[in-house]
Amino acid sequence: MQNPFRSEQAAFRFVWLTIGYFALIVIGAAIDRWLGLAVFVVETALVAWWFARRGDREPPLRQAPGEHAAGERRLLVVANETVAGPELLAELRRLAEGVPTRVLVVCPALNSPLRHWVSDEDAARASASERLEASLGAMRAAGIAASGEIGDGDPLQAIEDALRTFAPDELVISTHPEGRSHWLERDVVTNATERFALPVRHVVVDLDAAGGVVAPAAAATDPGPSR
Amino acid sequence: MSAHAEPHPGHPQPHRGNANEHPPPIYYSSRINPGIVGIFLFLGSEVMLFGSFFTVYFFDRVVNSHSHGGSPWPPYIPGTHTQYERPWFLALVNTCILVTSSFTMHWATTSAKRGNRAGLCSGMVLTLLLGTTFLLTQVVEYHRIGINTSNTAFAATFFGLTGLHACHVFIGLTILLAMTIRAFRGHFSPESHHGLEIGGIYWHFVDVMWIVVYVTVYVL
Repeated sequence: MQNPFRSEQAAFRFVWLTIGYFALIVIGAAIDRWLGLAVFVVETALVAWWFARRGDREPPLRQAPGEHAAGERRLLVVANETVAGPELLAELRRLAEGVPTRVLVVCPALNSPLRHWVSDEDAARASASERLEASLGAMRAAGIAASGEIGDGDPLQAIEDALRTFAPDELVISTHPEGRSHWLERDVVTNATERFALPVRHVVVDLDAAGGVVAPAAAATDPGPSR
Repeated sequence: MSAHAEPHPGHPQPHRGNANEHPPPIYYSSRINPGIVGIFLFLGSEVMLFGSFFTVYFFDRVVNSHSHGGSPWPPYIPGTHTQYERPWFLALVNTCILVTSSFTMHWATTSAKRGNRAGLCSGMVLTLLLGTTFLLTQVVEYHRIGINTSNTAFAATFFGLTGLHACHVFIGLTILLAMTIRAFRGHFSPESHHGLEIGGIYWHFVDVMWIVVYVTVYVL
């Protein structure tokens, strides 16, 4: 639900909606007090229904990254706890084989909802920063040109932010295995496939086991070295 | 124990002061602006405050109608068979004044966004005048209504609700005055008008609350 007082313009609109809402109730009550009550119930139900339906009718815009210089492949990697996982590193090494590749690793600063709301993100960002540094070190040691940044706590928002500056050819999302991954529970991979117009590759990193699995996410094709 | 203790791994390094250094840049969540969170929490607390007064009002109304075998509302003046008279027409005029002030407030904000300084200043002055008119009209209404808070529970809740709102209008007028002075001093521009935006949100909120108060107390 959107805050009706999120901006001055929205608040002004809400003033007129309030007038309309109460005007109908008053007119109904002037005719008959039970009619006024019925108008109140119907109006309130309509408002609740409208808010409930609004989310379904407004799917997020499908976003496409911009163009970048030819002759190189760009990978946007989104991972948090699995960012230093050996499976992710192996997959990136495989993708970078024989092609000049630039990798941007985005590590969302996962936080509790309360801390997020009050902008108390220092601890979450420090923790994400440590994991990111470890991961970047491992990638550079493996010969992969990688840079990194801390992203928004919402992985989809973090991807959207990164798209504005990086223009990747492919998106790589690294998660824990099914059953242990909050991101999979929240359908992050599926939502990313729907929301962003670029191939999405899902890498499963099992930090408790020796080997990982590269899952064939929707539209995860090899886009070639450049566009 | 060493005089220079090593920082614990996993904790950020403490910042050591240096006159040439600047504090680190503030990180804001890309989704929720702290100012918006602030006004949201503030308005939430205001809704709860008004909600408690409305609860008292409706409780009094329900109890009154049951204890007197379905007596009319507003109740009879004690010792008589005459109902309290609510000055609904005067309050309606006042409602129109306050709604108009919302319109002028919006005009001022829109003008600021378009770089129209004359419109901004005119809108702010008009909003300030309309708000002051509303408050003065309410003072006149209090003088002429003929009851006071000690008469009945109805009178107490009437003054409680309308008085609480009047306090908010007074606070809003203080904010509007500061915004008007800033507008005349050229503090707002199309790029920077956050102070105007937040003040406008508060003023519209006061307007919305009055509509609820008016319909509840004066009409229904």
